[in-house]
Amino acid sequence: MNFLLEPLSIVTFSPLLGVLVLLFLKSEQKAALRWTALITSLVTFLISLWAFFFSGLYNPASGGLQLVAKYNWINVAGWDIRYYLAADGLSILLVLLTTFLTPIAILSTWTAVEERVKDFMLFFLLLEVGMTGVFVAQDLFLFYIFWEFTLVPMYFLIGIWGGPNRLYAAVKFFLYTMAGSILMLLAILWLGINGGTFSVPDLVAQGNIPVDVQMWLFIAFAAAFAIKVPMWPLHSWLPDAHVEAPTAGSVILAGVLLKMGTYGFLRFNLPLFPEASAQAAPVIGWLAVIGILYGAAVSFAQKDVKKLVAYSSVSHLGFVMLGLFALNAQGVAGAILQMVNHGLSTGALFLLVGMIYEQTHTREIKVYGGLWKITPIFGTLMLIVSLSSMGLPGLNGFVGEFTILLGAFGAGMKGGVFAGAGGFWLAGLAAVGVILAAIYILYMFQKMFLGPAGEVTHHHTLKDLNWREVVTLLPILVFIFWIGLYPKPFFDLMMPAIENLLKPFGG
Amino acid sequence: MTQTDFSTILPVTLLAAWASLLLLADLFLSRERKGLTTLLAALGLALTMGVTLAQSGLEAAPGFGGMVMRDGFSTFLNALFLLTGLLGVAVSYGYNHRLGIERGEYYPLLLFSVAGMMLMAQAANLIVVFLALELLSIPLYVMAAFAYPKIQSEEAGLKYFLLGAFASGFVVYGIALAFGATGTTDLAQILASVSMGAANLPLLTAGAGLLLVGFGFKVAAVPFHMWTPDVYQGAPTSVTAFMAAGAKAAGFAALLRVFGMAFPALAADLAPVMAILAALTMILGNVVAVAQTDIKRMLAYSSIAQAGYILMAFAPFGDESARTMAVAGGLFYLVAYTLASFGSWGVVIALEQSEEKGLQIADYNGLGRKYPLLGVAMAVFMLSLIGLPPTLGLIGKIYLFRAVIEGGLVWLAVIGALTSLLSAFYYLRVVVNMFMREGDPQVEREWWLEFAIGAAAVVTVVVSLWPFPLFDWAAQAVMTLF
Repeated sequence: MNFLLEPLSIVTFSPLLGVLVLLFLKSEQKAALRWTALITSLVTFLISLWAFFFSGLYNPASGGLQLVAKYNWINVAGWDIRYYLAADGLSILLVLLTTFLTPIAILSTWTAVEERVKDFMLFFLLLEVGMTGVFVAQDLFLFYIFWEFTLVPMYFLIGIWGGPNRLYAAVKFFLYTMAGSILMLLAILWLGINGGTFSVPDLVAQGNIPVDVQMWLFIAFAAAFAIKVPMWPLHSWLPDAHVEAPTAGSVILAGVLLKMGTYGFLRFNLPLFPEASAQAAPVIGWLAVIGILYGAAVSFAQKDVKKLVAYSSVSHLGFVMLGLFALNAQGVAGAILQMVNHGLSTGALFLLVGMIYEQTHTREIKVYGGLWKITPIFGTLMLIVSLSSMGLPGLNGFVGEFTILLGAFGAGMKGGVFAGAGGFWLAGLAAVGVILAAIYILYMFQKMFLGPAGEVTHHHTLKDLNWREVVTLLPILVFIFWIGLYPKPFFDLMMPAIENLLKPFGG
Repeated sequence: MTQTDFSTILPVTLLAAWASLLLLADLFLSRERKGLTTLLAALGLALTMGVTLAQSGLEAAPGFGGMVMRDGFSTFLNALFLLTGLLGVAVSYGYNHRLGIERGEYYPLLLFSVAGMMLMAQAANLIVVFLALELLSIPLYVMAAFAYPKIQSEEAGLKYFLLGAFASGFVVYGIALAFGATGTTDLAQILASVSMGAANLPLLTAGAGLLLVGFGFKVAAVPFHMWTPDVYQGAPTSVTAFMAAGAKAAGFAALLRVFGMAFPALAADLAPVMAILAALTMILGNVVAVAQTDIKRMLAYSSIAQAGYILMAFAPFGDESARTMAVAGGLFYLVAYTLASFGSWGVVIALEQSEEKGLQIADYNGLGRKYPLLGVAMAVFMLSLIGLPPTLGLIGKIYLFRAVIEGGLVWLAVIGALTSLLSAFYYLRVVVNMFMREGDPQVEREWWLEFAIGAAAVVTVVVSLWPFPLFDWAAQAVMTLF
C-alpha cells in the first residue's frame, strides 16, 4: 500500500477519509455532516499546501514533473498501465485551486442545502477526489478514469439538488461530456497500443507520431476537452447545467470542472501532438475569439443573472483558449493564470448570486434595483468581484487577460502561429471582448444595485451578508487583490514548466 | 474409461449426479420444507465450484479420446457458470416462493442447465457441442414456462422452445456439413484437415456459417435476437436473470471454442461477418432499448446490445497477434457483464410485485431515497453496463476496444464507443428515476437476494480498482485455447 503514502496520493485521496466518516453519521445529524465535510476539505487544502510549499519535496524552480508516485498497476497480457501521479508548474495551481475552492463551496451550502445533506457532502468529497486526480494523473488510463469519474458526482449534484429543470440539465451535462470523452478513449487506446505505454511523459518523449495521425488524435482529444471548456459551438450544455445546479455545484463547475478541459489541452494536446497543435492553432484561435464575442453578446441579453454569469464563462474561457493556442510563453502563462482568475471571480459571482437567491428565490435582474443601499456589504463585494471579472487593472482579471492579449498579438507577428490567419484581427477582436465584458457586467450591476428600488428589493426585508457568508468570500478576495497587485509568485510557479512545454514550438 | 477421462469431466458429472439425486430427494421433502431443496442445490453448486477450482492447477488434458478438454479456458468459464448458478439460486429462492412457483424440480433443472453450460466450455468435438447445447437449453425451455398457468410465461416457454429447436437444427446441419467437408467432427482434426488442404473449404465455410446462426441465437445476436424481449419479459424474472447471464455466456463459450479451435483457417472469411454482426447487434440493441418503458424489456434489449460488445472479441480473428488479446478481453467482459446483468435483474426481482406490478421504469422513482443501498447497487450496475468508472464494465470495454483497434478495426471501436454513449441515455433514465424523482417503491426484503445484489455490486467496484488478477486469469485461460 506504499502508493497511498505518496504526497500526491494523500492530497488526492484524503477526502475519502471524510467520506468514510460521513458514512457512519446519521442523516439527521446535519451539523456534524457539514462540519465533517468542511474540516476534511480544509485539511485537504492544508495538505496540498504542505506538499507543494512546506514539505521541501517540490522545487518550484524546476520545470519537470515532481512529487512522482509511480507504481505498476496493470501490467499483464500486453498492458502497461501505471498508477502514476506527478505535478509540475502546469498542474500545481489547478490542484491548489481545487483544494481551495472545495471548502469554500462547502461553506456556502451551510444553509442553502437542507435536504439530504449527507448525500450532498458525500458526492462533493468524491468530486474533489476526481478533480484532483485529473490534475495529477500522468498515465492516460488513470487520467481517463478520474476524468470520467468526475461526471458521476456532478451529475447527481445537479440532478438531486438542482433547480426546477434539473433532470434535463443533469442528463444533458452527462451525455454531452461523455460524447466527447468516449472518442478520447479510443485515441488513448490507439496511443497506448502504438506507444506500448500509457504514461504521458514516455509517450511525449517517444513523440514519433506521423502528422496526419496526429491530427486525428488531436481531434479526438480536442472533442473531449472542447466540450468541457466549453468552446463555441459546443457550449450549449453549460447554461443549463449552471442555471440548474445548486450554488456550490456552479462554483465547482465553473471554478474547476471547466478548467479540466483547458488543462487537458495543455497537458495532452500540446505536448503529445505538437505539429497538429501548431496547425490547428489558427482554427482554435478563431473559435476562441468567436466564443469571447458570442459569450459576451449573449450575456448582455440575459434576464437571469445566473445565466449571465454562465455565458460570461463562455467568453472568459475563450480568452484562456486563445492564450493557450498562441503557443508562446506570454499566451500560455496568461492562460494558466486566467484559469485561476476565472475560478476565483466566477466562483465568487456564483456564490454572491446564490446568497441573494437564498433570500428572494428569484434571479431575474429586473426585479432587483437599489440593492446597494439596503445591503451595503453585499453590494461592495459584488462590485469588487464584478470589476475583477471584467478585468479592471489592479485586480486579477486584468493581469490574466492582458498577458493573454500580449501573447495573442505576439503570435500574430511574423513567425507566430496566428500570422497569416488574420493574427492582428484575432487579437484585436479579443480586445473588443474585454470592452464588451465591461458593458454587460456594469449593466447588470447598475440594474441590480443602483437606481430605484425594484419590486423584490421593495417588498422583501433583505438581510445583508452574515459573517459566515463574508468568511466564505474573504479568501477569494485576498487572492483577487494579490494576483492583481503582485502576480509574480504565481507566474514564477508556472514559468519553468511552460518553457519545457514550449520547446517543440521553438518558444 | 481411464482415470484421466473421469478427472476431466469430474465437475460436470458431479453436478449432473447431484441434480439427479436432488430430484429424487425433493420427492421426500414435505411442502413446508422446500427451502431445503434450495439449500441442497446451492451446496451442490458450491461443491462443484470447489472441485473446479481445485482442478485449476492441473495441466490441460483431453479426455474420452479428445471428445472433451479440461484446460484453463474451460476452468475459467466453468467457474463463471457455477457462479451464475449460485447467483441464480440466490435470486430464485424468495421470488419463487412469493410468486407461488416454488416447485421442487426448479433447482434440479437449473443444475442440469449449468452442467450443460460447463460441458459446452469443455467440448472439443462438435457432437459434444450439440449434446451440451441441448443439455443446457431444454431445462431452460421448461424454466421459462415455469410460471404456468400464467399465459405470458407459457408463451415465453413455447416461443423459446420453438425458436431454440429451430436454432438447434441449424447447429446440427452445420455439424453435418463440417463433417462432410472434413470427414471428422473433432475440432482439432478439423483444423488439421484444413491445414493439410484435405478439406472442402466452401462446404466447411457453409457449415461454420450455420453453426454461427445457431450460436448467434443462443447469445441473442442481431438478426437472431427476435425471441429475446418476449422470452425475457414473459419468463419468471428469476429464470430471466439466469438465462441472460448463463445461456449467453455458454453461447459465447461455444463460439470461442469452436471458432477458436477449429476454424482459424476460415478466420479471414468469418471475421468481417463477425464484425458486422457485432456492429448490428450493438446498434439495434441500444437503439431499441431507448424506447422501452418496461424494465424487463429494456434490460432484454440491453442484453442484446451487450452481446454485441462481446462479439467484438471475434472481429480481430484474422489478426494472429490481436486474437489472443481479443478473446481474453471477451472473457473479461463476460465476467463484468454477468455481474452487472445478474445484479440489475436481481433489483428487478426485488421490486417485482405479483400481477406484473412494479415492472415499469417509472416504478423505480424514489428507490434511491427509500432504499439507498439498493439504489446505489443498481446505479453501480447501470454504470457498469454503460462503461463508466469505477466499475468493471469500463475496464472490460477498454479491453475489448483495445483488441479491436489492435486488429485494425477502428470503425468497429468507434461504433462501440458511440453506442455506449447512446446506452448511457436509457441506463441513466433508471438512475434519474431512482435518485432524482419522488416516489414510493415497494420492495421485498429477502436476505439471499440482497446478499447476491450486494456481492455483485461490491465485486464490480472493487475488482475494477484492482483488476490485475482477473486480467491475469483471463489471459492464462486463453493461452491454452490456441
